[in-house]
Amino acid sequence: MLSLLSPWIDAAFGPGRIRGGVHAEEHKSATAALPIATDFPLPKRLYVPVQQHVGKPAEPVIKVGEHVLKGQLLAHSQGLVSAPVHAPSSGTIIDVNEYPAPHPSALPIRTIVLETDGKDEWQQHTLIADPFALSPEDISLRVGTAGIVGLGGATFPTAVKLNMGRENRIHTLLINGAECEPYLTCDDRLMRERAENIIDGVRIMLHGMETSRAIVAIEDNKPEAFAAMQAAALPYPQLTVQQIPTRYPMGWDRQLIRYITGMEVPVGSRSSEIGVTIHNIGTAYAVHKALRHGQPLVSRIVTVSGGAVVKPMNIEVPLGTLISDLFNFCHVRPDITARIVMGGPMMGDALPHINLPVVKATSGILALTQDELKSADEQPCIRCARCVSVCPAGLLPLDMANNIRNNQLDAAVDLGLKDCISCGSCSYICPSNIPLVHYFKYASGEVMARQQAQHKSEQTKRLMNDRNARMERIARQQQEEEAARLAAKAERERQKAEQEALV
Amino acid sequence: MMSAIKLKMSSGAHAGANITVNRIMVQVMLAIAPATALGLLCFGWPALNLFVITVLSAVLFEACCLRLAGRAAKPVLLDGSAILTGWLVAMTLPPWAPWWIGVVGSGIAIILGKQVYGGLGQNLFNPAMLARVALLISFPIEMTTWANVTPLFSAHAPNLAESWAITFSGIAGFGPIDATTGATTLGFVKTEFSQNRVLPGILSDYSGVLDFIGWTRGSLGETSALLLGLGGVWLIRKGVIQWHIPVALLATVTVLSGLCHWSDSQHYLSPFVHLNSGALICVAFFIATDYVTSPNTPAGQLIFGAGCGLLIFVIRTWGAYPEGTGFAVLLMNSATPLIDHYIKPRIYGRNRSGKPIEIDPGKQGRKS
Repeated sequence: MLSLLSPWIDAAFGPGRIRGGVHAEEHKSATAALPIATDFPLPKRLYVPVQQHVGKPAEPVIKVGEHVLKGQLLAHSQGLVSAPVHAPSSGTIIDVNEYPAPHPSALPIRTIVLETDGKDEWQQHTLIADPFALSPEDISLRVGTAGIVGLGGATFPTAVKLNMGRENRIHTLLINGAECEPYLTCDDRLMRERAENIIDGVRIMLHGMETSRAIVAIEDNKPEAFAAMQAAALPYPQLTVQQIPTRYPMGWDRQLIRYITGMEVPVGSRSSEIGVTIHNIGTAYAVHKALRHGQPLVSRIVTVSGGAVVKPMNIEVPLGTLISDLFNFCHVRPDITARIVMGGPMMGDALPHINLPVVKATSGILALTQDELKSADEQPCIRCARCVSVCPAGLLPLDMANNIRNNQLDAAVDLGLKDCISCGSCSYICPSNIPLVHYFKYASGEVMARQQAQHKSEQTKRLMNDRNARMERIARQQQEEEAARLAAKAERERQKAEQEALV
Repeated sequence: MMSAIKLKMSSGAHAGANITVNRIMVQVMLAIAPATALGLLCFGWPALNLFVITVLSAVLFEACCLRLAGRAAKPVLLDGSAILTGWLVAMTLPPWAPWWIGVVGSGIAIILGKQVYGGLGQNLFNPAMLARVALLISFPIEMTTWANVTPLFSAHAPNLAESWAITFSGIAGFGPIDATTGATTLGFVKTEFSQNRVLPGILSDYSGVLDFIGWTRGSLGETSALLLGLGGVWLIRKGVIQWHIPVALLATVTVLSGLCHWSDSQHYLSPFVHLNSGALICVAFFIATDYVTSPNTPAGQLIFGAGCGLLIFVIRTWGAYPEGTGFAVLLMNSATPLIDHYIKPRIYGRNRSGKPIEIDPGKQGRKS
């Protein structure tokens, strides 16, 4: 009966439909009204990890002691999915070694340490007169060598995405200006202040993907950004700027694709397979800088906010800046800081300390007070199903968590554990303060570890079987050889006997 | 300097909505408070005695169970769920019922209805309805003796001393049963039907308005369809409950009773009489919507609500009991795991059977 109803259901829930989500308290006003600070003092040292993107780590091409200029290549891209890393300022390389990564684990990651000389001197770069005269392939190439990755947080190499766009028939380039995470306003400020540059970047991307239509989507809690972007896009009929409702996680690429186009991306497929590609507005800005000014990605705009920050603001900082430098500049009060988060409060990562660098993925650094944190007082689930109604992926978080608690991971997988996007809506809404996403992340890791262990044991078993078969074969061969030898010997003796008999 | 501070580590979301279990319970209590207050006003001190006894014994039973289970009682009691359960049990009792009805009711609700399953969130059946049905079957006389409306401080109302006698020694001590009690509207209609009388003659004395307001015989907090309905709508507006169960339940009862009444208005009550019954409204908004014992998905909730409505109508119309809400809810409670098993949300990017959705060839991106 449900299948009879499904066309009707689909008709009722086509484009414009938002599934699940929460309206989280925004906390954006503290930083949204202030211009992006550009007076951040150049740090003495910059810690540039060689992996700030999805894919293979870049390989350093400089030596310790070498003097580099701003924008000079520090580490070379490796393989198909990778991105290079450039010097965020001029100075001397003083170390290439393992330093803690900006990740909850703070595990060491290969990092290039640059002692700045204070001159902030750019390397010579070749200006391009007209990017639209370049071939689309050339655009991708230049975007790739500029080290540009998805700046919304996913950090997927942008050039790879542009190439996939050309390989597929893309009808819509979506530009994500939703910025649905609370506290964060770096995209908002960028759109207000540099809308024309962003639009220019979008046009260059359209050219690079050979696509004819782009839609910029901005949540309706950013009317100033919307107005600025609309004005900047006005001369270009192939660009539309569209307001979308403010509802987290509107910026989840697949939610946005469904809202704008009415199409869903099948599980296991990329959005380009249904003709849509999505990029962040920060990425479009980086493309503009790379293609118009020849500048690689060496800085980004970071929102520093939270209840423990005395002077919250957006700052344009060189990549590799330590969070401690940011906190000194914004006067963060350590006495009331309960948690430090990289990213937004919904999906961001808690950091164990602040001697960690800003990387390409760092959209914000939050210093949150105890009052701003979700209570950790976990109570029994009352099956209120709020988690079900807010889940944008259509999962049953309460049942999944229950299975995981009982160590029935397979049952959780059957319920769709692998389709969880860790958006945090369920944890946010849960009245019993159950850390649902925590359960899901644990279970996903555990499932992967089990699969690897199983794979390993299967591998061992296969090798063992192969060895046994080989040994048997050798033994059989030896037996056969022995038998043949004996037969030959008997034959020889027989012939000898015959000859002797003849004689 | 920052590293000297103990930073808390956790997965997201780091922020949280301003909702707690306790707050939800308090909101539900606020929503049922007006109807309860009207009940206390209509039925006076004995009703208040029963209410207090029922709620206190619910809290006491909860504390004892937690102690037996070796758990800390205080944080669990503070979540307010035991008070709410006791409150809901009290609402469904005849207002002048003796003290032990309240105690036994709370005992059944808390011990058998909730704690034996493992406490909050684990039970299969709605504790208050389990208590009501168990009491109704075990003590049919006490559970169907309905006091007349004798407003607090009115001439016929029992004073404090008399109210103690009613609560602790029974109604008979206060006055002749026939003079102080009577039948509820639905009970009266059922009896009259059994004596082959027909509508609309049976209901010649019936005042729809008084019934709607709640100025009528009935359970302690279940007489006022108006106040219960307002409380329920407020809960929906506050986002505490979803609309699916109440709407499906009430719509089903309305449609079925409407059809029957339209085809034979002599033997079937009109939808208005059904909807005017406070018990139906109470169940629709406050009992059937119990999170723990109702389905998780909107579609499942619609099925659950419609099922409750169907069973209520069937029991009221053709069953032995004039009021079928308790049985209907318990039966549908037992179907909840089944509904949840079959009705699941569709996962993004997958079809209903869990396979990745197919790409529409007309819209696919791959260049051929």
